[in-house]
Amino acid sequence: MKQPITLQVNQNTYDIEAEPRRTLADALREDCGLTGTHLGCEHGVCGACTVIVDGDPMRACLMFAVQAEGRAIRTVEGLAAGATLHPLQQAFIDHHALQCGFCTAGFLMLATSLIERADPPDDQELLDALSSNLCRCTGYKNIVNAVRAASVALRQR
Amino acid sequence: MDARSEASLIESNATVPKTAALRTEWIETAALALAERAARPPAAAVPDTVTPERIREETGTSDPVGRDPIGQSVTRLEDLPLVRGQARFAADLSFPRSLHMRIVRSSVPHGRIASIDASAALALRGVVAVWTHHDVADIPCIPLREGKSAELDPYLQPILADGIVRYVGDPVAAVFATDPYLAEDAAERVIVDIESLPVITEATAPLGEFLPGLPSEPTIVRKGYGDVDAAFAQADLVVELELAIGRHSGVPLETRGAIGRYDASRDVLELHGAAKVPHRNRDALARMLGRSPHSIQLFELHVGGGFGVRGEIYPEDVLVLLAAMRLERPVKWIEDRYESLLATNQSREQLHRVRAAVRADGWVLAMDDEFFHDQGAYVRTHGDRVVDMTAGILPGPYVLPNYRVAGHYRLTNKTPAATYRAPGRFESTFVRERLFDAIAERLGMDPIELRRRNLIQPQQMPFPRGIDTISDTIVFDSGDYPLLLDKTLDALHWEDLKESLRQRRATGETVGAGLAYFVEKSGLGPADGVRISVDFTGAVEVVTGGASVGQGFETVVAQICASTLGVDYRRVRVIHGQTNRIQYGIGAHAGRATVMTGSATHNAALKVRAKALEMAASLLGASADQLSVVDGQVVYASGDVAGAGRTVSLGDIASALAPTAPARGGREPGLSAEGWYETHSMTYPYGVHVAVVKVDRDTGAPRVERFFVGYDVGRAVNPMLVEGQIVGGVAQGLGGALLEEFSYDERGEPLAVTFADYLLPTLADVPAVEVMLTEDAPSPLNPLGIKGAGEAGINGVGAAIAAAIDDAIGQPGAVTRLPVSPARLKALLRRRAS
Ligand code: FES
Ligand code: FES
Repeated sequence: MKQPITLQVNQNTYDIEAEPRRTLADALREDCGLTGTHLGCEHGVCGACTVIVDGDPMRACLMFAVQAEGRAIRTVEGLAAGATLHPLQQAFIDHHALQCGFCTAGFLMLATSLIERADPPDDQELLDALSSNLCRCTGYKNIVNAVRAASVALRQR
Repeated sequence: MDARSEASLIESNATVPKTAALRTEWIETAALALAERAARPPAAAVPDTVTPERIREETGTSDPVGRDPIGQSVTRLEDLPLVRGQARFAADLSFPRSLHMRIVRSSVPHGRIASIDASAALALRGVVAVWTHHDVADIPCIPLREGKSAELDPYLQPILADGIVRYVGDPVAAVFATDPYLAEDAAERVIVDIESLPVITEATAPLGEFLPGLPSEPTIVRKGYGDVDAAFAQADLVVELELAIGRHSGVPLETRGAIGRYDASRDVLELHGAAKVPHRNRDALARMLGRSPHSIQLFELHVGGGFGVRGEIYPEDVLVLLAAMRLERPVKWIEDRYESLLATNQSREQLHRVRAAVRADGWVLAMDDEFFHDQGAYVRTHGDRVVDMTAGILPGPYVLPNYRVAGHYRLTNKTPAATYRAPGRFESTFVRERLFDAIAERLGMDPIELRRRNLIQPQQMPFPRGIDTISDTIVFDSGDYPLLLDKTLDALHWEDLKESLRQRRATGETVGAGLAYFVEKSGLGPADGVRISVDFTGAVEVVTGGASVGQGFETVVAQICASTLGVDYRRVRVIHGQTNRIQYGIGAHAGRATVMTGSATHNAALKVRAKALEMAASLLGASADQLSVVDGQVVYASGDVAGAGRTVSLGDIASALAPTAPARGGREPGLSAEGWYETHSMTYPYGVHVAVVKVDRDTGAPRVERFFVGYDVGRAVNPMLVEGQIVGGVAQGLGGALLEEFSYDERGEPLAVTFADYLLPTLADVPAVEVMLTEDAPSPLNPLGIKGAGEAGINGVGAAIAAAIDDAIGQPGAVTRLPVSPARLKALLRRRAS
């Protein structure tokens, strides 16, 4: 049975109707039209679906939409401020940190949650955290370079 | 001679003769021209290795204006929508009133279908139809796209199993419902009763029958040259090995997806979510569905990785099209990961029994190989091409005067197999390089010295291999193999590295290094065309028949167009994978994209440029040879004082060439042109891989400390993208060498069906790969000298890792099968201890 659910995504309100078993990822993609969040496994392993919920990175495939009610959700669509890219988005372009781009939203949201923290992680923590998402194209080298560069850029702002 | 006339010197030969003799002559002429070019002192201090860092340092990345865009590490045109979450992958596309398809798959590896009961599924509100083979019996099996036909045709896959299931995952029924969750629920209610039949789980098992009278070995691929038996009779030493490569595959992060839509108002059938070879697939689908190719259109969306497996025709692609017509609604199918690991092409599984005849001084007289290729349950679109390619490229960079190979193409009850990035090369490089390591060990010779003695020498180029593969005569077009080996060893400070590893081993560490040499192939022909047009704002559109699977195709083609035409690459829009925009296309595979589509783009851009200059000459009252195109403006060539400051933009020229423009006169309307590139020879880049691996003695876990790739790419259009391709390929290779395996139990049950069992490399598994690109051997076969780079990163990884592990654990020849999982490594370490 569908029920009304209200989601706060990128500071917009979405009033949707969904079954209790609907995942947050499906609700974002199908009901809110935010298809930037991708599904690579629906199993909690690949991290392509990573979004930020109340400041923490979350696998949107493992969370039900109802569980996200009343919480502040951030997705890749909300990263840029209008035409101005988030420093991390720019760094991904500059460092060639994406090829097919399917994993990119997940990495961007995971990394954003890390580098925007009040106590940004040291390099080893950063590497450990980034090891939780999968990329099949890049070999990770440029993703690490991009995140490091953006982390520095962000702290200098 | 300036760069452009050099290019045209080669280009004037761009149509390669068809007979082998003429072709050899032609290659020689072209190679001579290149050799002359190479002999001249470089115009500026050209660094011998081109790295993105160096390019960035010397030129800056962001502003290509005024420089030749070819060779610049410019950022990608593709990236903006991808980082903003605005891309459109297959799952992101929805049409109103769509149905959702779910496939019911066999849970049995081999069996006879006794009954299928769909009544409970059909009883669910919102379930529109359930199809079984009976409903699609008029549709033929999915045809071969490549290679021979008659002997393989009986083994092709129907779109829904025809009475017999042959692997776990074989499509048995298709459910169509108004919602994807509902379709999944309904699929679970379809009751399929299957009587099990005996299974074949190994390619080396005794032959069985596919159907009565059809053996499970449809063909054996045989190749060779010289007199192998005589060579073995003369040999001082014979070395024999049995080597195995595990079953693994491309596993793109995006699963497959297909959306079929039939537009009755125009009588057009559309397939959205196409990839890799849209034009070839359009033609095949037209034949299967009995329609004219004009009435089927394929659309490539964003593609989340291809790697050879994505974009072949699978049963699901045909089913969504058929259902869209018959059920008169759009039909969407998105594969889930479990299905993807069962149903998308797997690859690589081979067992080789290889022998070498060797002279005491290290000269390898002959190689003789018999191998068994596990094709899985059906013949798919590639036929026996992976076997063919393995057999053709196995001799690699060595002279090997005598060679014989027999590749057994065997069907088993596993997921069907086809190509995965560097098909036949990852496998054959592992086999050949393991063999060379074993020879060196037996002779007590340094493995690098052994390789050096057997490498094909630069003066032997172009080198006819003496065999054909995928209907091409193998002629290595250009290369200096010893030079790349030297440069690689220099860059690594090889002697120092070996010494430091020796010292670490002396203090108890289990660490070692290994090297592999390989020849790649790219630029498979025969022809590709593009159409370039300039609009009245000066924006350029290149319509290609290529495809993009995430490799930066748009950027590379834009750079080539920009370079030739004289515009900023950011003003070039590149169209790919849209069959309604251009009639022919080769897509993106076999390292074709840059070589073929790039060369066609160059040829078309030359024509547009000439057209622009001619029109501009008339507008400016000049002669065309006084003019040049710079940053989208036709200007007087520098130094022409009278013309200084007088320009006309490409946009204005396009306006002047509009059909209704009076200025056009009798000229052909439009600032546009078509360009073709034809070749009947592939180009052969080459590379060296070096790995440093440390093994944890307690857990058996290997850690790759360093991975180095030296690769001659002929000419790098965008070094940053080439490096990116290589680094990514290495990561995939490490997966196949250490982690990834589609294992099956003895009953034919697949054991790796989630990402928890099928392990993709994470950041923790992949070191920061080091890449050295060289441009010592541009291809004489195409106007820009380009060779492909997409498969350079993965080719030698299995071989280099195996050698490094041998070295680390002090057991030469220990690694005989991939992947070297911790459990297998542990067993090797125990063997040593006992
Ligand atoms: S889709 Fe959520 S972790 Fe893979
Ligand atoms: S860029 Fe393709 S999966 Fe990461």
